[in-house]
Amino acid sequence: MTYVKKFLSDKIKTVPPSGIRKYFDMVIGMDDVISLGVGEPDFVTPWHIREACIYSLEKGFTSYTSNSGLIELREAISDSFHNDYGVDYNPEDQVLVTTGVSEAADLALRAVVNPGDEVILHEPCYVSYKPSIILSGGTPVPVSTTRDNEFRVSGEQIEAAVTDRTKAIILSYPNNPTGAVMQKQDLEEVADVVMEHDLLVISDEVYDKLTYNGKHTCFSSLNGMEDRTILLNGLSKSHAMTGLRVGYAMGPPGLISAMLLIHQYTMLCAPITAQMGAIEALQNGEAEMQAMVREYNRRRRLFVTGLNRLGLDCFEPRGAFYAFPSVESTGMTSSQFAEELLHQQKVAVVPGEVFGQSGDGFLRCSYASSLDELKTALEKIEEFLS
Amino acid sequence: MNEILEIIEQDPKKDPSEIALLTGYSEKEVQTRIKELEDSGIIRKYKAVIDWDRVGEEYVYAIIELKITLGDRSGYDTIAHRIASFNEVRSIRLISGDHDLSLTVRGQSMKDVAFFVAEKIATLDQVQSTVTHFVLKTYKEDGVPLFEQEKSRRLAISP
Ligand SMILES: Cc1ncc(COP(=O)(O)O)c(C=O)c1O
Repeated sequence: MTYVKKFLSDKIKTVPPSGIRKYFDMVIGMDDVISLGVGEPDFVTPWHIREACIYSLEKGFTSYTSNSGLIELREAISDSFHNDYGVDYNPEDQVLVTTGVSEAADLALRAVVNPGDEVILHEPCYVSYKPSIILSGGTPVPVSTTRDNEFRVSGEQIEAAVTDRTKAIILSYPNNPTGAVMQKQDLEEVADVVMEHDLLVISDEVYDKLTYNGKHTCFSSLNGMEDRTILLNGLSKSHAMTGLRVGYAMGPPGLISAMLLIHQYTMLCAPITAQMGAIEALQNGEAEMQAMVREYNRRRRLFVTGLNRLGLDCFEPRGAFYAFPSVESTGMTSSQFAEELLHQQKVAVVPGEVFGQSGDGFLRCSYASSLDELKTALEKIEEFLS
Repeated sequence: MNEILEIIEQDPKKDPSEIALLTGYSEKEVQTRIKELEDSGIIRKYKAVIDWDRVGEEYVYAIIELKITLGDRSGYDTIAHRIASFNEVRSIRLISGDHDLSLTVRGQSMKDVAFFVAEKIATLDQVQSTVTHFVLKTYKEDGVPLFEQEKSRRLAISP
């Protein structure tokens, strides 16, 4: 063990272990845990999509695809963005199909970051960005969003973090872990700073379909942002397709082609079965997706109201499927709360600091669980607090 | 309105206080709306989907398709209403294709159902012919699968 460590690269030694891992290890081996710690839909991929995957296997579609992804899929993606947001991406050279948003984010960073470049990210946020920035040779520069501003990042905050080494900003709304969304005017503030300091935006909008009060604004639809945005998205959350592994990146041809270069050498292509399913999802999946969104919305109302009634102050999350209550009223730290709750009541949540320091004092509770489970979880939390 | 209906369709037993939580309406509003929906006949009835096979109750179901010759003055509605009035008939629909009416019939035995069709349905003036399909097994009833679903393999904690 100690012997082989000498083979490790210096870079990998600087990547901190995932804070999520610890909670995963605690839960594993425990029976009958109600888990609010899950970052993926509880729905199974709608049957018509699974059917399309099965059918593609039956027909013998088991080969590699074009590095960029099946052209039918790229066209379907391009059409959906034209229809939903009025943004136009050429399926030929502006759309790259990836193995999930995870890969797309990594490609984007590796394509643009030089050693020592700074990348601004708002925390709390999805756990992979920081390590991905480090692995790409860049320096992460976190800015903290707060409960007071409903976990939105402001233009001012970004401006204050900009230096002459700043290359890009990672934006991630609707947000994991907070459920926060940014309105158009919030994003425009960010766009002004981006313009003024000649920056690039990597915008992870994988939760764009899961919004509950008003429609999502696509960052690249803002004035002047199309040429400065790498848009990341995928079908994991919207169509409950996490395990199938399909996402995509869209942006200016010069950037997409650089990402494609890395992708073709390292990943070759996204799995063809998943790509086939994704075509079906985008062409015929609207109704089932909307039904899932309505169900999330009901759970969201029930759960967030429940948390607030228990004295766990929670702002209204308007996107994704997470609630982010504060544990301040309990006098506990968020990790104490999470660990005690798990041991006493077998309810799993993830403490907010796992997603960045400013998440300290909060819990990420996923409401991608059945209503019955959410109700039981609330009862158990109530018992825990009494 | 549709929001409330969608919830009730899935679970008629949900109480108004919970429906209020799920929809963002007040409990009072929910009660008023449900009352309206009931009064106007939009909500027809609250029903349970029962897997009678599991009870050991050996009901026999058959799907029966009928060809109809319409009489001088009466349309499909008249004959459909007549047939619908039999207790044995669980559902009846006007359909396109080779046949005109399709019914589901429930009886205590195959003989029971066969006699019902022969004596009560086939003898009707407008009924030109009948085809009886006995149901061997029901897999899904009114949107509810009657077979075991795979357990989820989702990890308990994921990013
Ligand atoms: C904000 C965010 N981005 C990306 C991902 C990963 O998505 P994918 O399954 O497309 O790799 C997740 C998954 O939890 C996420 O929350």
